[in-house]
Amino acid sequence: MNQIVTSSDQLDASFSALFEPRGILVAGASTHPGKFGFVSLHNVIASGYAGKIFATNLEGVEVLGIQTLPSLEELPQGAADLIFVCTPKAANLDLLRAAASKGVRAAFLTSAGYGEAGDQGRADEAELVELCQELGILLVGPNGQGVVSTPAKLCAQIVAPYPPEGGIGIASQSGNFVSSFMNWSCATGVGVSRAVSAGNAAATSVGDFLQMYSHDPATRAGLAYVEGVTDGRKFFDQMKAVAQKIPLVVIKGGATAGGAQAAASHTGSLANDDRTFDGACRQAGVTRAATVEEAFEAAATFATQPLPRGNKVVVMTTAGGWGVVTADAITRDHDLELIELPADLREAIDAYLPPRWSGSNPVDLAGGETRDTIPKVLELVASHPQVDAVIYLGIGIQSNQARMLSEGPFADEADVERIIAYHQRQDARFAQAAHDVSVATGKPILTATELAVAFGDNAGPATVRSTGRLCYSSADRAVTALGHMWRHSRYRILRDMPLIDGCPEAFLPAGNLLGGSVSSD
Amino acid sequence: MSRTLSEADSKAFLSEFNIPFATEVLVSTADEAVTAAIAVGLPVAVKLCGEQISHKTERGLVRLGLSDSNSVHEAATALFAAAQPEDCATGVLVAPMIGGARELIAGISVDEQFGPTVLIGIGGILAEAIADVAVRLLPIAEVDAMDMLDQLQTQSLLDEFRGEPAVDRIAVGKVLLALSQIAAEHPEVLSIDLNPLIISDGQPIAVDALVEVQS
Repeated sequence: MNQIVTSSDQLDASFSALFEPRGILVAGASTHPGKFGFVSLHNVIASGYAGKIFATNLEGVEVLGIQTLPSLEELPQGAADLIFVCTPKAANLDLLRAAASKGVRAAFLTSAGYGEAGDQGRADEAELVELCQELGILLVGPNGQGVVSTPAKLCAQIVAPYPPEGGIGIASQSGNFVSSFMNWSCATGVGVSRAVSAGNAAATSVGDFLQMYSHDPATRAGLAYVEGVTDGRKFFDQMKAVAQKIPLVVIKGGATAGGAQAAASHTGSLANDDRTFDGACRQAGVTRAATVEEAFEAAATFATQPLPRGNKVVVMTTAGGWGVVTADAITRDHDLELIELPADLREAIDAYLPPRWSGSNPVDLAGGETRDTIPKVLELVASHPQVDAVIYLGIGIQSNQARMLSEGPFADEADVERIIAYHQRQDARFAQAAHDVSVATGKPILTATELAVAFGDNAGPATVRSTGRLCYSSADRAVTALGHMWRHSRYRILRDMPLIDGCPEAFLPAGNLLGGSVSSD
Repeated sequence: MSRTLSEADSKAFLSEFNIPFATEVLVSTADEAVTAAIAVGLPVAVKLCGEQISHKTERGLVRLGLSDSNSVHEAATALFAAAQPEDCATGVLVAPMIGGARELIAGISVDEQFGPTVLIGIGGILAEAIADVAVRLLPIAEVDAMDMLDQLQTQSLLDEFRGEPAVDRIAVGKVLLALSQIAAEHPEVLSIDLNPLIISDGQPIAVDALVEVQS
């Protein structure tokens, strides 16, 4: 894999051309709604891209309201930075030459038939790389799925979806992982900054994109799918450099013998010794996840919670069973500690609850809470100096009952109406309190309930989402994400590196000197 | 092309970098073996030593737990007799038996995609089945060495164990750092195997060592 990006100026220019283009040209636009040349132009328009949109079509017909150009000669000089190529392979070399002469600086190629297609394909791919180097065009793909950039409202992709705006930067060796991660983004509301599928990665690899993201103010956490690593040392150096600047989560395909065989036929990747890959990740400060959910949620957590400064966790729950299982999950994570509740904290909580509360960690309110108990106890727990992180369970129960009441035969009765409104207000308050207390203390507070999936409009999870955070669908998943966060914190602490929070400044206490700045390394 | 140093040469080379070994003596007669055994302290192990010896255990070229002069003499005599010309034997190694219920493995090797790496793992006869190892790319820093030990799944084996004290993690970390230093200073070294690295009274002691170098 050649690396086109060499100097930081060139890196910035290439990055802008791809992710912040002044104009985009879709080459090979089609009137057939099943074709890439239709779908990609449609997605560019539908996502609300504000730059100039051009398209070519051999007959020069109108496509999706855009008057296409029969050739690039009609393209105004300097009007488009990015060309999105949906033409068959044979046309591409001339197309790129013409594009470069009009000032195009980046090309995304969806065209197939290159490196993945035998000796001739490999030779053609090498020719393509050489030409783009000569023309000074950043080549992405070929055989890629597309590029997304929410700050530019750009969705140049041959598939859905277009995710909400946010801090996660995605780079993948496989297009469908870009879709998976973005579907999770849509499902959870935790947004994406940039996303790109590297396709054959002829000239620009996943590592190159991640390096670009690590200099991108819009990207707070990296998320990557990697299948095969040819130059392991270079990949390691890149990952390490990226993880110094932003938290980086990687999922590796082909980690097992069965998976490696599947990878060989998918991207032709050589098997890597998984123990070596795993060690390299730990050494580089990279978070490695085993599944797509785990990977997305780790990145989403980095992008929406402050980093924990230590490993001491307290669970706050409104019901016992959840707390017990969560205590198990924390204990199973060798790096997290379910602390014994400090005596002064226990006494402070005593003042707000009847004596039947657990008196220990997990803090089980045991149904003893009144109107203001939850926000108050959350605040007491999170602000205690011996607590580094809080997991909050049991939100939304009353609002779930409110839903059943509102759908039932007595919904119109005044008392019922009143209690429905009260429950929803309370759950919204609790979710807001979890966010506010986290902001005030600078400590992560992870809220978990399966209601986030069962009834996403429940006032509890819906409010968590409106605060910009992830509502975990189980406590176990919250613990997994917190474990990843703590290991990244610990990596930095042990190496005297500043803790750089991935969450937005608005999620951090005012005047926090350590957190928030991506560039302060 | 590569060649493997004899056990004695491997150990001599590695000792310069403070890899911990028990005192061993290379002898050329059975009588010398007895003298050496008394000097290092009974019980001892005796092994045929040479650059080309393979299947040492299968061929019975390692005799363990010899607790008196007679058995040392007998074993050494047998080993000298068993040596074949192709073994290129340089003598018999006499080493004290190292006691310890726990064994680790450590070493360096070259990964096809990632280049030189260092490894630590749980050793012993179940090592392959347990497959509890941690790998890092070379060079490593002290913080990486300690993290390698933290990464092992079988942590209970590193704590106090069957009346023996906890593993001295810093001492094991120093072994890993020494391996890293060797790799940095001697690019001709392709692999090193410390197997087993016995934990004796909490301290790591390499009992067998093989160094493979580019020739």
